[in-house]
Amino acid sequence: MEVRRFEHGSRVPGWDREVDLSKDPSQVPDPATTPVPEDVRAEIEAHMAKYPDSRSATLPALAAVQRHHGWCSPEAIEQAACVMRLTPGYLTAVATFYDMFDTEPVGRHRVYVCTNISCSLRGADELYARVKELTDGDADFAVKRFECLGACDIAPMASVDGTYVGPLALSDVEELLDDVRNDRDPLPRKQLRYRPSAGATTPDDHTEGTA
Amino acid sequence: MSELLLFRDIDEPGLNTIDVYRRRGGYDDLRKALAMPREAVLNELLASGLRGRGGAGFAMGKKVSFLPKGAMDVYLCCNADESEPGTFKDREIMQKNPHMLIEGIIIAAYAAGANKAFIYIRGEYRLQADILDAAVAEAEAAGYLGDAILGSEHDLSLVVHRGAGAYICGEETALLDSLEGKRGNPRLKPPFPANQGLYQGPTLINNVETLATVPSIIRMGGDEYAKIGTETSTGTKLVSISGHVKRPGNYEIELGIPSREIIYGLAGGPPDGREVKLWFPGGSSAPVLTKDDLDLPYDFDTLAKAGSMLGSGAIIVVDDSTSVVDVAYKTAYFYRHESCGKCTPCREGTNWTVKMLERIKAGEATPMDLDIMASVCTNIIGNCLCVLGDAMAMPIGSMVAKFRDEFEAYIEERRAAAWATTEEPEPELAIIQGAVA
Repeated sequence: MEVRRFEHGSRVPGWDREVDLSKDPSQVPDPATTPVPEDVRAEIEAHMAKYPDSRSATLPALAAVQRHHGWCSPEAIEQAACVMRLTPGYLTAVATFYDMFDTEPVGRHRVYVCTNISCSLRGADELYARVKELTDGDADFAVKRFECLGACDIAPMASVDGTYVGPLALSDVEELLDDVRNDRDPLPRKQLRYRPSAGATTPDDHTEGTA
Repeated sequence: MSELLLFRDIDEPGLNTIDVYRRRGGYDDLRKALAMPREAVLNELLASGLRGRGGAGFAMGKKVSFLPKGAMDVYLCCNADESEPGTFKDREIMQKNPHMLIEGIIIAAYAAGANKAFIYIRGEYRLQADILDAAVAEAEAAGYLGDAILGSEHDLSLVVHRGAGAYICGEETALLDSLEGKRGNPRLKPPFPANQGLYQGPTLINNVETLATVPSIIRMGGDEYAKIGTETSTGTKLVSISGHVKRPGNYEIELGIPSREIIYGLAGGPPDGREVKLWFPGGSSAPVLTKDDLDLPYDFDTLAKAGSMLGSGAIIVVDDSTSVVDVAYKTAYFYRHESCGKCTPCREGTNWTVKMLERIKAGEATPMDLDIMASVCTNIIGNCLCVLGDAMAMPIGSMVAKFRDEFEAYIEERRAAAWATTEEPEPELAIIQGAVA
């Protein structure tokens, strides 16, 4: 079986990136030399005020800077660290743990296709391949296969910039991507938010076959 | 069951707003609870026999009673990090009836003596988090949250905290770490969160559905609630059913009804001409059951006795068109991705299980690999801080045990196919007889 290796010969990415070992680890950024956009600062500070320990605002703070910069760039992390009075290293360690933070630059539209069990039983792998194919070479899109998004009732489904759509047929993908490209609401007729509950009627109705 | 408790009029337009919710008698149960002494509320919860709906099925009232007494900050965390594959019931509650959850949180916080509450909702549920934010603001404006709620001596603040995509944060101690702004790694237990949880304070952690049930218990009375369901699995339960069924979705059932009634009666069963091959009764972490188990009553104890678990109440049905190897691979792949990497048995065990399944699919495995896979599973179970590794080992172990013939046939078939297409490789180095270096 083929073992994938990186250029440096290891199976682990990134260890050979240039590191200046003579430099000290980065410290808490100095507010005087770290400009932070006013709205970002206000948002992070509002989050910090909500918790007994301001460090709890780490995730909302990273989400705020990611929204502003498009991804958790070193500059974005530096700004969050400056407002929260933490080291950039600490925030980077947190950002790399969570799937929704991007520590590499990505396209502006995030499309997460769920490929977990329930969705794959209903054709999620084909759906993912189709979305990949139709967005190939489009730098605006960041298409990711995602673990269970908690919407197995509309399998196979995708989260398009945070909006859940499904069940998606392969023939829907073109229209969906067209909506996203033109900044329209993605495929409203298949959005989860408009879907009635399966179990809205009492169980007795179902067993009597009236559903 | 005569009436729905959690899903009553769930699709009524505007139910997520405080006006409609109050018109239907919302927040009356809170008023009733606040007029009772704390102990009386706790006694109702104990009498109801309500078991946690998140997966472990621990008695909710008992959990509250474990909290130490005395002057200290007690926290309540609502676990809304619903990430168990197949589970999507909390999503529907939060999206359509957020005030029922908020009311339940306020009553539970009153019983537990907690003054600060958090809802940890997974980051992917953006719509639901926005709805909750709006609902919390409405409840604050109406005086149901804040200081001296409804003129009582009970204060409560409620914060909606959004996660950022990590299955492990649904594990209660990882959730606490994540809520404290760290990487979501589980903690060593004991101390249990009831003694040392969030910010080292006593913490009550409950699932969304558990807390959303609390107002119904106060309205009906614990004893009356306990009459629903079976003796040890009381009440109604939301079941998320997905996979190969005609009508996937959330259904509210009375605990103890036959599983067949859920899979065939409510969800319509597998597509015509297909049969149930295997089903997960409680999310992808539950050991699988087969079509012979369809008549088991759906409750905590029966499923545990059958070697599986009710878990989060998520049924995933797989019909006979799908290979069990593919299901095992998807399951293992998920847990490998989501293992936080803190404990070696889980980090390595999930990784090697995926590799062995890849080998099986590539036609490079032998039936002996199944035994190695089984031994990997037994070496994970019970050897980690949390049960994420166990959650992979149990279903994989059960699939190998119950479908061993199919695994072996698959291995042989793939091996034969792989051999048929492989050509004898050219030796990379020419071997020169008698060469001297």
